[in-house]
Amino acid sequence: MAGRVLTYEEKNTWIHRLSGVTKLVFFLLWSITSMLSYDTRVLIVMFVLSLVILRASQTKWKQVGGVFQFILIFLIINILAIFLFSPDQGTTIYGTRTVLCHIAGPYDLTLEQLFYEANIILKYLTVVPAVFMFIVTTNPSELAASLNKIGVSYDICYSIAIALRYIPDVQDDYHKIRNAQEARGIEMSKKASLTERIKSTSAILFPLIFSSMDRIDVVSNAMQLRGFGKTKKRTWYSAKKPERNDYLVLGFIILFSAIALIITFHDGNRFYNPFQ
Amino acid sequence: MLDPIIEFQDFSFKYRAQQEPTLKQISLTIRQGEKVLIVGPSGSGKSTLAHCINGLIPFAFPGEITGTYRICGQDPQKLGIFGLNKLVGTVLQDTDGQFIGLTVAEDIAFALENDCVPQEEMIAGVREVAGQVAVEKLLHHAPGELSGGQKQRVSMAGVMVDDVEIFLFDEPLANLDPATGKRAIDLIDQIQKKRNATVVIIEHRLEDALYRDVDRIILFGEGEILADMTPDELLSTDLLLTNGIREPLYLAAIRHAGASVAPQDHPQHVEQMNLAPYIEPVKEWFCHVTLPPKKEAGEEQLRIEDLSYAYDHDINVLQHINFALHRGEMVSLVGKNGAGKSTLARLICGFMMPDHGRILFHEEDMAKLSVKERGDRVGYVMQNPNQMISKAMIYDEVALGLTVRGVPEEEIKERVYETLKICGLYPFRNWPISALSYGQKKRVTIASILVLKPEIMILDEATAGQDYHHYTEIMEFLRRINRELGITILLITHDMHLMLEYTDRAIVIADGEMLTDSTPADVLTREEIAGKAYLKKTSLYDLALACGIEEPAEFVNRFIYYEREHREN
Repeated sequence: MAGRVLTYEEKNTWIHRLSGVTKLVFFLLWSITSMLSYDTRVLIVMFVLSLVILRASQTKWKQVGGVFQFILIFLIINILAIFLFSPDQGTTIYGTRTVLCHIAGPYDLTLEQLFYEANIILKYLTVVPAVFMFIVTTNPSELAASLNKIGVSYDICYSIAIALRYIPDVQDDYHKIRNAQEARGIEMSKKASLTERIKSTSAILFPLIFSSMDRIDVVSNAMQLRGFGKTKKRTWYSAKKPERNDYLVLGFIILFSAIALIITFHDGNRFYNPFQ
Repeated sequence: MLDPIIEFQDFSFKYRAQQEPTLKQISLTIRQGEKVLIVGPSGSGKSTLAHCINGLIPFAFPGEITGTYRICGQDPQKLGIFGLNKLVGTVLQDTDGQFIGLTVAEDIAFALENDCVPQEEMIAGVREVAGQVAVEKLLHHAPGELSGGQKQRVSMAGVMVDDVEIFLFDEPLANLDPATGKRAIDLIDQIQKKRNATVVIIEHRLEDALYRDVDRIILFGEGEILADMTPDELLSTDLLLTNGIREPLYLAAIRHAGASVAPQDHPQHVEQMNLAPYIEPVKEWFCHVTLPPKKEAGEEQLRIEDLSYAYDHDINVLQHINFALHRGEMVSLVGKNGAGKSTLARLICGFMMPDHGRILFHEEDMAKLSVKERGDRVGYVMQNPNQMISKAMIYDEVALGLTVRGVPEEEIKERVYETLKICGLYPFRNWPISALSYGQKKRVTIASILVLKPEIMILDEATAGQDYHHYTEIMEFLRRINRELGITILLITHDMHLMLEYTDRAIVIADGEMLTDSTPADVLTREEIAGKAYLKKTSLYDLALACGIEEPAEFVNRFIYYEREHREN
């Protein structure tokens, strides 16, 4: 189906050609680094790099735009909430208080608070492209294959791949069931109140669960009939051998995270302080 | 004489949860290279036999086995399910569910992966079998991008790649349109000839399955083998008829004409059958049957005007569709899988909005109505009843639509009971739905729509995968509510028998365009339409021509009328 959001799309870039494990390790180390560090210099470098990566992976706005907007809303809620609950967090961290203007009651807009929240925005913006890159460029079966190669048992690997195989089918079922129930008068649109909608969700969920269980029966029989689980090992049609680029990327990300964390923590504090 | 490859001796099987054995004292031998068709109504034990051959019994479905059986001369109990996999390749009925891989190539390679075949060998092997079933251009496609027929071919490739000796097909025609089904039967035939493999086909659509020669037909009934004969012999008896299997239509016509079919006339294919002895009686019968005057059409209820729809505004799914439904009609909407039939139904129900055109209900444009409001006028019944049922008890399920509409308790009770009586479900009103058969569940879903008193009902593949008995049960029920309650019924189907036997009009869609709106007999006797819509012209047409009857469509009409009258008396 054309236009599915946030799913793997086959393209021929060097990022797509990397092994799934490489990208998984990259994605994990990248996210950990970004989560630990509040060092603005590090975050800016990471932000720029993640834009480069996103571009190199030829990810189109259409593939990720919807989800990105959704994340943006969360981001806005998050930074507003921080301001609401601790308007002086910036002062606590950086030790100075530069008031730009007074808002109301205990709320002053300080330069330190703005700087602190800008760092949070930066953190979001470095992790999100990495998530997108990982999801839209990693072939799930290849990921399963490479996870198996690094020692994860193949039952677990295959259940990841097969879950991804059936997600579109279950989505289609969901839409079909929802439509048919709406036609019977079970209102799921915004016209109905929230409690009503939660109640009527059961009218969709139960049929969905039962028909999915029928599906599971068929799949597990089909898998057994074709020898799944016969031996302790299996090979993978879409396995990829690690290549030069994989080693380069792995080397880079390990080195990068180490340097980034050293820069962040060398003064015993994970914040970069431009105010002193 | 060739070696026996499948042997059952006084074999019985009882599922663990059941009181009675499902297979009773079966003795059966299938030899290497034979092609055998197994027929029988649902619950006759034919699928159980298939499960015994491929090892799902007893390894996935445990139970009690008595007697002996051997596959390729070996004891299946010792081989285990994985040992049997190497000998028996199974293609299941559900083309969607058995597609395991994320792409065609991975799905074909699945068995090889489990055998730890090295990657290079796998890639070569997959390419080779993909070529044999003509899916080599689709290797990187996801299942969602394939048609039902293509998925089935991938499943065939997935067992061929393993070099099995026995191919087992479990109802291969159930989910395919007639023309695709015909091609599947042809492909099975080619595979069998090329590999000199043993083929076992389980299917209740006898006429379609016999499109290519089979060596023997085995008829099952209530867990026993009732007949084990060549097709020519079996088709000359009345065993099919008495055991709930529909015989080929041309043979039914010959029987209606009072003649009895003889094996030496080779009744297996209408094209090759020696029809000489039957021409006179058939002609005489044709002149003898007279049709009643045509029923006047009722007032117009629904009109589709120049309807078009495209996904993403570029691929046209439907173009310029025009037709009307009148009160009390029973109309079929036919065409190959993916032709746009379901899209049309969704547009009528308001699940999707057309890009162009109007849908009028009693001259009122439905564009402004919500899905729910449309549901009060046009009811929609899904193909799979399990996808509609959300309550545990029959009464609650049927009452659901009224409850959410805020109808008073007393009235709900009255209307639900009334509907349950019409649907023959009143005695079960306090039963849990899980205790019902598939056909009864289907009736519950129809009842749950009927209770809302729509003027029109749309049913998506109402009888898909049902044997003749259940098919007749569901369709007779629909005919009854059509006649007695005057509800207009639109049936989305690719079953030509259904269209011929039960509907007065057929709207044919192919590749998003409306080909014709005519009588079913006319559609199935016009080659150009049947071809484009992936339907199959009926064998009655061939019979009529062979008998020198000049109006084949009229012959078909009279045949249908005669059958209906017969069934009712």
